[in-house]
Amino acid sequence: MIPFRIHSGRVALLDRANVDTDQIVPKQFLKRIERTGFGAFLFHDWRYLPDGEPNPSFSLNHPRYRGASILVTGKNFGCGSSREHAPWALVDFGFRAIIAPSFADIFANNCLKNGLLPVVLGDTQVAKLGARARENEDYEVTVNLEECTVTDSQGFSSVFAIEEFQRQCLLDGLDDIGLTLHLEAEIAAYEIKRPAWIR
Amino acid sequence: MPSTLFEKLWNAHVVHEQAGQPSLLYIDLHLLHEVTSPQAFAGLRAAARGVRRPNLTFATADHNVPTTNRALPIADPIAAIQIETLAQNCREFNIQLFDFNSAEQGIVHVIGPELGLTQPGMTVVCGDSHTSTHGHGAFGALAFGIGTTEVEHVLATQCVPQNKPRTMLIQTKGHLPEGVSAKDLALGIIGQIGTDGATGHVIEYAGEAVCSLSMEGRMTLCNMSIEAGARAGMVAPDDQTFHYLQGRPFAPSGAERDAALAYWQTFKTDPGAAFDQVVEIDAATLEPFVTWGTSPGMVVPISGNVPDPRAGRTAAERGSTERALEYMALAPHTSIENISIDRVFIGSCTNARLEDLRAAARVVNGYRISRSVKAMVVPGSQNVKRAAEAEGIDQVFREAGFEWREPGCSMCLGMKPDILKAGERCASTSNRNFEGRQGRGGRTHLVSPMMAAAAAISGHFTDVRKWEFKE
Ligand code: SF4
Repeated sequence: MIPFRIHSGRVALLDRANVDTDQIVPKQFLKRIERTGFGAFLFHDWRYLPDGEPNPSFSLNHPRYRGASILVTGKNFGCGSSREHAPWALVDFGFRAIIAPSFADIFANNCLKNGLLPVVLGDTQVAKLGARARENEDYEVTVNLEECTVTDSQGFSSVFAIEEFQRQCLLDGLDDIGLTLHLEAEIAAYEIKRPAWIR
Repeated sequence: MPSTLFEKLWNAHVVHEQAGQPSLLYIDLHLLHEVTSPQAFAGLRAAARGVRRPNLTFATADHNVPTTNRALPIADPIAAIQIETLAQNCREFNIQLFDFNSAEQGIVHVIGPELGLTQPGMTVVCGDSHTSTHGHGAFGALAFGIGTTEVEHVLATQCVPQNKPRTMLIQTKGHLPEGVSAKDLALGIIGQIGTDGATGHVIEYAGEAVCSLSMEGRMTLCNMSIEAGARAGMVAPDDQTFHYLQGRPFAPSGAERDAALAYWQTFKTDPGAAFDQVVEIDAATLEPFVTWGTSPGMVVPISGNVPDPRAGRTAAERGSTERALEYMALAPHTSIENISIDRVFIGSCTNARLEDLRAAARVVNGYRISRSVKAMVVPGSQNVKRAAEAEGIDQVFREAGFEWREPGCSMCLGMKPDILKAGERCASTSNRNFEGRQGRGGRTHLVSPMMAAAAAISGHFTDVRKWEFKE
């Protein structure tokens, strides 16, 4: 996993609530057997018109959001299907952090496993960032995981919460399978006690 | 201290705990399907890791399998690669696969309970959000969906690190009226608490209406928990559960069954145990529900109308209602019964078990589907399909003009070729009505199997409580 420490980048606004993973990566693209290359399909049915042309009214197609690496969006982002293809697509597209009032559980978990930081801020803060992204060309923020802050050059500053363990894993880019494998003795001891009929 | 069913399940599976870290949970049953597993196996190989417990791991192909003639080669080359990749991975790592052509194939959440793989007191995971919801929870098991990286984690270690969720009790009062099913109960709950009402929580369903549901009804109810944002949904096991498991291929038998029974009986919430949240639902006042929008929480009773965006409490709510109505091509105040449909889909891990098909067939019996409707039934598994055929249910559907298909997820997620065309409106027994879920531009209304059947005959939504059954 790529470590996440401090990241500054352009902000893109997707002003919708309850964006589900079917929208993030529509199912017709779930047939690949690799982890890479999903960025091309990100928000496909919103980004492209039925004839394959980019949809000019979809916010991520606005030239001002080109190259954005931080997504600001509405509550309950990533609800629905557990497909990890959703964070893979966001990462592949170039996003490093998503800022929203809340996230669906499985999605947030999947993001953390892929070095994509889900940042929960209050409704008013998210609305403020959204308004600034809408009003300012080249609007940038800095997400600092060492200090758990989101800041911009216009004086915005907000602290966010994240589990300490997850923060450490992201900061160090740790593979948590490796961590679990170190607990082999405990796993083996647990297995001996399991009921016979499910062994 | 009195504890909840969830706490008992959780505590019985913690392998390792350390302050400030997620707990490491042992997984008793790991189910795989072709869409979310290939990258996990690739990860194992890249790290030269093996599968720790192949005998606790089972796989089936369901999401991308064609539902037409199985003797033909798979038309979509990419789906074929995915299905073949699963078979290769299972061979290489010694995992039992209920393949595309096997007599046990079916939707992963249908076959787990059906084969007796899912048992009370277990932890069950699958790289699929409906694990939480699907049947396993109905057994007093802790079953939840995980991502592909976690699938890899479980393959390698048989454990998964998890933060402890909070608990929610959904306490039902009274019994569901005639014609109101487990699906309606689920939709009614989501309508009440919202699609993020249970985020971060594990739901335990209790009360008269839940106890009197059949096992299959409980599976439907638990299936939809994820649509309320929950990590998992569960019902405490009772005699009905134990009876259901008797004689299933992977369920314990003989002396082991006695030991298992004693163990299973311990998995219930103690009197006085505290939940983080309690929600009350008056089951006796529920009606059959129909979703009108693009999220399962956008739902009203059959006697209701399409809402007016102007009635929304917040600007955001007004905006999302407006957007949903535009996508669904519905005008505010339209009576639900006046909405005409083009397609009917009876299937999915929510509603494709034998009882669902029986309930729908009872409505269909003696009728023909409306001339403007195309309808299909996709049984949840080969076992369901065989049992339905033995009862002549397939004939009832066929004579009415339904297509009778091979098991799989099919139009629940609209993998080609089972998709809606743009603009088509579908009464569907599945669980998600997101934009484009059943095909780009397709419009999905979630309903119960009986309501879907009645809509197929009438050509529009109709109140199944007033249906004239031709027995
Ligand atoms: S039937 Fe639908 S919800 Fe269930 S597992 Fe298949 S795709 Fe997912």
